[in-house]
Amino acid sequence: MAVLIKNALIVNADKMDPNLQDILIDKGLIVRVGPGLPDGQARVMDVKGKHVFPGLIDLHVHLRQPGREDKETIETGSRAAVKGGFTTIVCMPNTKPVIDNAMIVEAVVKEARRVGLLNIIPAGAMTRGQNGEELTDMFELKEAGCLALTDDGRSVANSQTLRLALDYARMAGLLFMEHCQDLSLSSGGVMNESYTSTLLGMKGDPVVAETVIVARDIEIVHYLKTRIHLQHMSAARSVELVRWAKSQGIQVTAEATPHHFTLTDEAVKSFHPNTKVNPPLRTAVDVEAVRQGLKDGTIDCIASDHAPHTVEDKEVGFDHAPFGVTGLETALALGITELVSRGVLTLNQLVDRMSAAPARIIGLERKGAVREGYDADLTVVDIDEEWLVKAEGFASKAVNSPFIGRTLKGKVKTTLYGGKIVYQDD
Amino acid sequence: MTEWTRHHLYDLEDLSKEEIELILETARSFKEVSTRDVKKVPALRGKTVVMLFFEPSTRTRTSFELAAKRLSADTINFSSSGSALSKGESILDTARNIEAMNVDMIIVRHQSAGVPYILGAGVQASIINAGDGCHAHPTQALLDIFTMKERKGRVQGLKVAIIGDILHSRVARSNIWGLTKLGADVTLCGPTTLIPVGIRNLGVKVTHDLNDVLGTSDVLMLLRLQKERQQDKFLPSIREYARVFGINKEKLKKAKKDVLIMHPGPTNRGVELTADVADGEYSVILEQVTNGVAVRMAVMYLMSGKKTAE
Repeated sequence: MAVLIKNALIVNADKMDPNLQDILIDKGLIVRVGPGLPDGQARVMDVKGKHVFPGLIDLHVHLRQPGREDKETIETGSRAAVKGGFTTIVCMPNTKPVIDNAMIVEAVVKEARRVGLLNIIPAGAMTRGQNGEELTDMFELKEAGCLALTDDGRSVANSQTLRLALDYARMAGLLFMEHCQDLSLSSGGVMNESYTSTLLGMKGDPVVAETVIVARDIEIVHYLKTRIHLQHMSAARSVELVRWAKSQGIQVTAEATPHHFTLTDEAVKSFHPNTKVNPPLRTAVDVEAVRQGLKDGTIDCIASDHAPHTVEDKEVGFDHAPFGVTGLETALALGITELVSRGVLTLNQLVDRMSAAPARIIGLERKGAVREGYDADLTVVDIDEEWLVKAEGFASKAVNSPFIGRTLKGKVKTTLYGGKIVYQDD
Repeated sequence: MTEWTRHHLYDLEDLSKEEIELILETARSFKEVSTRDVKKVPALRGKTVVMLFFEPSTRTRTSFELAAKRLSADTINFSSSGSALSKGESILDTARNIEAMNVDMIIVRHQSAGVPYILGAGVQASIINAGDGCHAHPTQALLDIFTMKERKGRVQGLKVAIIGDILHSRVARSNIWGLTKLGADVTLCGPTTLIPVGIRNLGVKVTHDLNDVLGTSDVLMLLRLQKERQQDKFLPSIREYARVFGINKEKLKKAKKDVLIMHPGPTNRGVELTADVADGEYSVILEQVTNGVAVRMAVMYLMSGKKTAE
């Protein structure tokens, strides 16, 4: 049955029409956009002047299934995603077992379809078992449903392996996404190496551990004339390197997380394990550089790096706690609160960084815009509504958010995936 | 007179100059107790003190235990180093278990920075940090400062050199907080690879040349060098460290006539200092150990709700 969304303030990456529009949806697609469309046979949904974004897309999510279903499952992760306004997510392969062959990809895709709340695209491992040695069977992974490869959680340490993997991945038509961290330089660090780590007596993970891999990867990509996507850029120097690479026409894209554009390593002074992330929270200079990178497009998109963990896993002391924070449900509100409200991004730019750009990077042709002929993946947002982040309020299994206790602006009211309502705020 | 109002002792970073002085003053009166024939006062009678040690320690644990016993407290040891408990144990679970035993004070040591703070937020009992990772070791710094003050009559204006592996030293960090608050002039001396970034922001000087501090310091505080620093490539060899940063009789000739040689123990003889220096006329290393008991008695006494020096 057709659906007619009435009185929408449509926000696309390239423009925002100040006039209210109606959106007619049929068979999962947007068939017409315009003012005062006739109801016809359609079921009417009046959004009363609220903002309607193209469904948000997150290139970096950990769903933990298979293996750590106590932290998150495809089902709970899906609920968290649609609550956060996402209609497409790319899930990372560092599950147990690792997503490094077609059987596991198929199992993930099957479960994702059973849940059916949104589009879940598995990223396959670049190397078997993410051990950095043998390449995965990339054509098989692609056939099974992968659009990207990554050894996320670690870099491909050996430069020759990376060179060959990038070369092969290009042939297979798969995007490679790199976690930039030289493990010999990060050397077991648990937070950013800085005056704060000196004060806290914690082992530091220096900025240079990230930037040497950023620089290396840019050079390899330049040499091969291929492309790469750099995950969770956290440092001012990384932003500079990516900016330079783009100025040279090197095909590099990059993402940043809400926690890296919001928090500094001062947050670690609380000793709270929810401030332990990889890459680590950096300094105020880095946060500002990441924001500016998002503003000028050096950093193409926002990705949550949603990394759910149980309370038990986290509360073992800072050094032993696993890295990562839950992020799907706060990403958009942090974008609005920290970037749009502060004048870093316009609302259109935010939609670009959270929908249009990631769609382009991962190669989704009918997503990332509210436009006739596009998939009817839509996020209805009240951009002014304030809400308190509470541990009890998460749809995710995990509550490991460093933002608990904060009041954020911008709330997802309704999420539609393929024209169906998959989330409704009560 | 300053009143003691704190329920926990995490680090000297949190304390005012007056609070540190109150502890030192209180310790002075407790030092005498340990010289009596009957080395016991009833100050903590009926109180229960738990030594919660997730990391091996003989000296600090013994010192705390003796201090508690001399205050007439009941003491329990809860060590879990080396076992499955030391890693990956839920800190709050442990805290809740201890809480259930109705204890009054928890002396905690853990290899991870910040654990005492997490415990403190979860229990009613008083927490005393007996060393958390490379972060803080407040009672060690207090006993060091107590020893300096007793020997030199003041801390203000004293030239103190802290020599060795600053990067991995909780003793150095707590001493820097305490000494700078009391107006000492602190210089750190160690290899470039073992001086943490930005440490000058704490109001200390940094040098990599022992000669810069040898002739001018009132106190030379030597830090224990862990042997694994060589494998971790922080140093070419222990031998070279001893040659460049170790203190021997010959080098000491340049030092002030009334210099104090201090070390938190246990010493690596032949590395940080030679045996003749450790046992020599300038060394106050054993006095530090004696003073440790008095300082820990003072801390526990104040934390038990007693407000001022006796």
